[in-house]
Amino acid sequence: MDFALIAKVWTFFAAAAWVTLQISALAICLGLCLGFAAALASISRNVLLRFPARVYVSIFRGTPALIQLFLLYYGGPQIGLQLGPFEAGVIGLGINIGAYMTESIRGAILAVEKGQMEAARCLGLGHVQSMRNVILPQALRLMVRPLGVNAVALIKGSAIVSTISVVELTYTAHRYISSTYKPFEMFILASLFYLVIVSVVSFAVNRIDERVALES
Amino acid sequence: MSNDPIIRIKDLHKSFGPVEVLKGIDMDVAPGQIVALIGPSGSGKSTLLRTINQLEDVTSGEIFFDGALVNRDLPHRQREKHLNRLRQDIGMVFQHFNLFPHLTAIENVTMAPVLLGRQTKTQALAEARALLEKVGLSDRADYYPSRLSGGQKQRVAIARALAMNPKAMLFDEVTSALDPELVGEVNKVMKQLAQEHMTMIIVTHELRFASDVADHVVFMADGVVVEEGPPDALFRAPQHERTKAFLQQVFEG
Amino acid sequence: MGLDFSILAGYEGVLVQGAIWTVGLTVASIVLSLVIGTLMAVFRLSGMRIVRWPVSFVIWLFMGTPLLLQLYLIYFGLVQIGLDLNAFTAGVIALSLHFAVYDADIIRAGIVAVDKGQYEAARSLGLSHAQAMRKSIVPQALYNVAPALGNMMIALLKESSLVSVIGVMELTLSAQRAISDTFRPFEFYLAAAVIYYVLNLVLEQAVKAVERRSAKYR
Ligand SMILES: Nc1ncnc2c1ncn2[C@@H]1O[C@H](COP(=O)(O)OP(=O)(O)OP(=O)(O)O)[C@@H](O)[C@H]1O
Ligand SMILES: [Mg+2]
Repeated sequence: MDFALIAKVWTFFAAAAWVTLQISALAICLGLCLGFAAALASISRNVLLRFPARVYVSIFRGTPALIQLFLLYYGGPQIGLQLGPFEAGVIGLGINIGAYMTESIRGAILAVEKGQMEAARCLGLGHVQSMRNVILPQALRLMVRPLGVNAVALIKGSAIVSTISVVELTYTAHRYISSTYKPFEMFILASLFYLVIVSVVSFAVNRIDERVALES
Repeated sequence: MSNDPIIRIKDLHKSFGPVEVLKGIDMDVAPGQIVALIGPSGSGKSTLLRTINQLEDVTSGEIFFDGALVNRDLPHRQREKHLNRLRQDIGMVFQHFNLFPHLTAIENVTMAPVLLGRQTKTQALAEARALLEKVGLSDRADYYPSRLSGGQKQRVAIARALAMNPKAMLFDEVTSALDPELVGEVNKVMKQLAQEHMTMIIVTHELRFASDVADHVVFMADGVVVEEGPPDALFRAPQHERTKAFLQQVFEG
Repeated sequence: MGLDFSILAGYEGVLVQGAIWTVGLTVASIVLSLVIGTLMAVFRLSGMRIVRWPVSFVIWLFMGTPLLLQLYLIYFGLVQIGLDLNAFTAGVIALSLHFAVYDADIIRAGIVAVDKGQYEAARSLGLSHAQAMRKSIVPQALYNVAPALGNMMIALLKESSLVSVIGVMELTLSAQRAISDTFRPFEFYLAAAVIYYVLNLVLEQAVKAVERRSAKYR
């Protein structure tokens, strides 16, 4: 272990971890928006909403995130979409994780007992009112954990934006591995940051889940 | 009060796919009448009840509530509106309570009247307190359903339905999921409603309760009404073999 | 610069070749990850701390870090310790290790979930330890874990695209080669996406078929 080297470069890794954190947070927000919209669309009675939502999920879960990112970043300019690496990273990751989040959210909504909707409708509430006041508040509690899993996967998956030269953790690790030939040290250093971020997020998700969980 | 039936069902048929579950039901319920609906499992009692507020649509036939045709052929949007309006007047209580677990007892009761603009929040709270008191649960207003016993849950569910000030109440085996010692407290509330002349259709397996509280008993089997009449007559001197067999089985069992 | 998909003509061979390598890479990595994953699960369940702790540590470390980072570690790390493997081998090793860690977790949970009573019942029927494992425990554990392992395999196919960064000539890198020829990223990445999508569909169907068969052992 070359501790002197680690001591010398760790601040670069810290700066890179901040970029990883930013890009992940933004992508998760985008993914949540897309996920909610697509999940609601996918359970709609209207086929014009349902069908596009299903297609979105199927395509983005059915192909590699890396290819989606390349298509957006390198192929985008061909269709008039010129994005910087950071923006492309956020959008590419966000659209990808959104497809997985759609499934988590949809699953949570469908997991709310059928009797809940019936009880709400029996009181004279409309479909939208019942969704908003009865189904979604319960579904939200059920989706915390699966969405947390998606978020953690996204944080680790965000490493792929290093391939379009966003200077984040994995990019930095790769660069120092190439220049110092110390793959092990650089791996451990980058891992520390990833592990801290992932652990904090997992802990927060668990706490939120405990806080909002309904007793049964 | 007119004596026109508040619920009138004419030649009602209902199929689930190829299986016909209701095979031509006719039934009238007068305002203030308490009808007990009995019959073997699978005879279509729940289905019949659920068609009245259109939780199930019907295959053919007509249902009238308060003079208006319930199963009107309307475009989706208008149908939804029509049903939302109608359902406010028909309270329903389920076997498994279906209380909203994310709301306290009193919030369960106030939610619909407030959301539907029937009452202000303050009015609704006062009303809900009165209703919880009526079902004997003033001290449980701020409990979440998970902290209530089955009997308490069911009484909150009744209060929730009453909060819409319905013209009729539908009860689908509301005590079947309860421990025996909790049945009484729920039955008591229903008896009280009966004394106030609330129109009720009660699906039940408890024939003693049915004979106590109902002024009309309908016996269903295999999707048809086999026999109906006042409880005394129907329980003491059933006319049909099917009814006799059913009663014998229940009283022996 | 508009889109012109006729550019793909002439590169079918390259893409098909890439797809074949992707399939080979995926199949090899799935098999190896299952083997390593099973071993890790057994080590983790073993009573010997000397094997349990290091294995648990590696599982924890790999579960919290990106595949891409692990790929760099293994590719450059192997070179450093004097093992100059070709890119394909390094790619298979990295993918297998990455997924083995998840497989191990799933398999361990599957084994633990099989009732201890089952084993004792099988033994009391006169089966030997090996027979009890083979006839009762393993089939049931397999049934328990089949869906989750299936999901891992489906994920592995898509993640295999990452090994393009260390120069494995699979589908993604093949598309990149064609792009450096033609400067047509959109067309070629889209073509690659379509091929991945089809491979993914096929794999999903295969996994479902296996799940149905394993349900038979219930
Ligand atoms: N959603 C449905 N789809 C298909 N069949 C159904 C559905 N709901 C009810 N059935 C069938 O319709 C028949 C009547 O059911 P229903 O629930 O109305 O009976 P019930 O008289 O209420 O019985 P129980 O006393 O057990 O509650 C049964 O054979 C049942 O299997
Ligand atoms: Mg029933």
